[in-house]
Parts: sequence; structure tokens; C-alpha cells
Amino acid sequence: MGSGHHHQLYRPGDTPVHRLPPQCKLAAVAGFALVVVATPREWLWAFGLYALLLASVALAARVPLSFLLRRMVVEIPFVVFAVALPFIGIGERVSFLGLSFSVAGLWAAWNILAKATLGVIASVLLAATTEPRLMLLGAQRLRLPPLLVQIAMFMLRYMDVIVDEMRRMRVARESRGFAARNVRHIPVVARSAGALFIRSYERGERVHLAMLSRGYSGSMPVIQDLSASSRQWLVAGMLPGAALVVLLGTWGLA
Amino acid sequence: MTPSLEVRRLAYAYPDGTQALFGVDFAIGRGERVALLGPNGAGKTTLVMHLNGILTAGHGTVAVAGLPVEKGSLKEIRRRVGLVFQDPDDQLFMPTVREDVAFGPANLGIGGEELQHRVKDALERVGMLEAIDRPPHHLSFGQRRRVAVATVLAMEPEILVLDEPSSNLDPASRRELAEILRGLDVTVLMVTHDLPYALELCDRALILSGGVIAADGPTREVLADAELLAAHRLELPYGFALP
Repeated sequence: MGSGHHHQLYRPGDTPVHRLPPQCKLAAVAGFALVVVATPREWLWAFGLYALLLASVALAARVPLSFLLRRMVVEIPFVVFAVALPFIGIGERVSFLGLSFSVAGLWAAWNILAKATLGVIASVLLAATTEPRLMLLGAQRLRLPPLLVQIAMFMLRYMDVIVDEMRRMRVARESRGFAARNVRHIPVVARSAGALFIRSYERGERVHLAMLSRGYSGSMPVIQDLSASSRQWLVAGMLPGAALVVLLGTWGLA
Repeated sequence: MTPSLEVRRLAYAYPDGTQALFGVDFAIGRGERVALLGPNGAGKTTLVMHLNGILTAGHGTVAVAGLPVEKGSLKEIRRRVGLVFQDPDDQLFMPTVREDVAFGPANLGIGGEELQHRVKDALERVGMLEAIDRPPHHLSFGQRRRVAVATVLAMEPEILVLDEPSSNLDPASRRELAEILRGLDVTVLMVTHDLPYALELCDRALILSGGVIAADGPTREVLADAELLAAHRLELPYGFALP
């Protein structure tokens, strides 16, 4: 399906991971994240196994490492925070290469980095193999309130239209010699934002009329059958299932 | 035979008191293609909003294939009247063309094979079948307008109502749309002030001006009457002569 090239996160393909119903993948990622978060930070090799699990999913979905790494930039703020912890942490300290680190800070940093990274990779894999609109339909199957799903659907559809409108307004401003250069220009930009809001609101009204004209009565009709077979649930359950086995196994050993 | 659309003494005032329609009377027979002409502010859009019950008449009646527009009949009325809005971005609100065309019939309770069949058939009729899985915002303006027509064709309407179908189209898209509309086997009411387009597509023309029907006759005769046109702020484009 073709909505790929505008949504940077999605990577079109036809692999077993792509074909899984979205609600199965959503539930699998959520389950996996829960298991990862529940794992004590001292169990280093469990995290290694989790990473291996994700690597095998990436392999099955044919998502290359470079793609994953590029999409992982969202994690950078957490990385910065985590890197600061060993320096600002208190308590027992160790020295390495002439620098002094807090031991508690090092553990806290590792905890944040390892868990956030695993969570981010799992989410990036989900987004890379699931079209945004299917993700929303999947969320609806998982009992997310339909109203929220509809709002998100319209956001997805009208994002480009509104961005385009914004661009036209900027071009119109600049064509008449305006360029936002310092804080005194903020009121002008703010008024444009207000105008954009009103335009979008009016568009919303027109869209609503168009929906009424085609028989809309408050709920979106089910157009795409998204039912999942128990086999598909089983396949999707392999990721959190395997992670749970790792967690329980490590617990048994410890 | 019952006309596809019958409007009798329709009057309407907006809630703020502005009177937009002062008693509109006309009927459109099955299979006719009729142009509704009028200057900006003549009440064309207000009239269109009455045809599928988005606005309800202050006075007078609207009936579609014999069924009066009223609260209890809205669902069936909206199936019978296919409204194509001026801005296809207002009309196409679903993430893909397929879902958008399916929206109307799915609201009528159609599903499964029959739904897929209707979607494909409607897209086929406007020559847009190959765009079925594309998101509407990746289509050209002319393609979006054609898909907008398909979204209402899929509901198998009694009458197709088009609001300014030729606006913002480049000459080729304009001609393509004309060919598609001419090939459709439905009753059409085309609201426009593009007079050559009305002449090209419709045998009959109405002029709505000041909230009443000011003229009703063969398009060629209506457009040949320069005085009539001038009286209602309508004029043929520069250099255009009736063929």
C-alpha cells in the first residue's frame, strides 16, 4: 500500500512481520516493553538476549541496521541525561581514565540507556512495518476509544493539507517583505497561527458536512476487516513470550 | 413519471435573519443534465444544502424521486442525492482512496464482497481504479475531483449534484471530467458559473438570482440572451461565441 513515502517511519515491504495484523504487533511491543522494564538492571545478559530477540525481528522484517540507527535519534535527549548521571551522581565513586564516576550513577545510566534503547528499537520496528493508518485501526481493535482514533485519523489525513496552507501563508507574508528575524516579529507569526487555526476549524466544518452527506451518523463504518487468527496472535506473541522466558529463566538462576 | 428532483416554493432564511431563498420552484426529470447558473451570492450553495437535508426548508418542499426531504427520511435522501463538494480536500477525508469511496456505501450497511465491488466499479467509472490504494493527498487536483465523484457514485445516487465541478481544473482535467460526466448514466444537477462548461454538458439551464429561479430553458437559448445574462451578473468569457 502506498502511504509510505510521506511517513518517514514506515518502510514498505511484504514480510511476515509486515503482514501481521496491527493489533497483534501493538500488543506484542507493549508486552515486550513491560517485560524489559520489569527486568532488574543487574541482569546484564538478559538485556543482551532481549537485543538478540529484536535483532531477529529486524532480520525477519528486513529492516536494515542503518535505517534503525537513523530512526533512533529520538532517543538522544535520554542519552544526554543518562551520560550526565555518572558525573552528578552521589555516593561511592570509581576512577577511570582519570575521571571520577558515581557507581550508583553508572547503574542508573545503564538502566535508562538499556531499557530506553530496547523500547525505542521495538517501537521503531513496529512503525517501520505498520502503516500509520493501520496502526490506528489496530489500536481501535484493542479498545482505544473510537473518538480518539477518528481524531488521529483526521490528523494523519490533513497534516499535509495544513502544512501546505501554512507554507502558503509564509510565502504570502514574505512576498510582502516580512521575514521573522527577531522577537518583535512574534505577534505577526502568532496572528498567522491564529488564522491557520480558524481556517482549519472551518475546514473541519466543511469536512463534517461532507461526511453527513454520505450518511455519517457518529461512528466510522468498518471498511477493512482486521480480524487476526489465533495463529497470528501466536506468532506475534513470540516476542514478548521469549522475553518473558528470559526474564523468568534469569530469575530462576538468580 | 416522478421527477428525480422536485423543489416547490422553497424559502430559507439563515438564523441571523438573512433571507437567501425566496421561493424556488423547479423539477428535474430522470436522466436530465441541468445546469444551475447564478452569480456569487445568489443562493446556489444554500439551495444545494437543502437538496440532501443539511439545511431544512423554512418553507416549501424538496422531494427526491418522490421522497420528501424531512427528518425521518434523511438517511435514504442522502443515499439518493450524491453531493460533490467544490474542494475535494473537504470531500476526501479518509487515509486512502479505497476507504474514502467505501465510506458512503459502508454507512448504508453494505459490506464484504459487495462493498469491494461497488468501490472498484465507482473508481472504474471515473477512470481512477489504479489509484485505489493511494492516499488522496498524493493525487493531482483533477484526480482528486474525479475520486470525489466516485465517492458519491458508489452510493448509486438518484441524482448527482456537483458544486462548481470545473473550478481550479487545468484545461485537460476539465475536458476529462466533462467526458466522464457525459458518460455517466445518472441525473445531474451542476451548479456553476462556468457558462461554456454548462453549455458543453447540459441541455437545460436554470438561473438562480436573488433567491428565485429567474430563467429556465434550453442552455443555448439562455446563454444567447445577453440581456438576461447581464441582468443576473452572468457573462460569457471574453472571445467566446456560442457555437
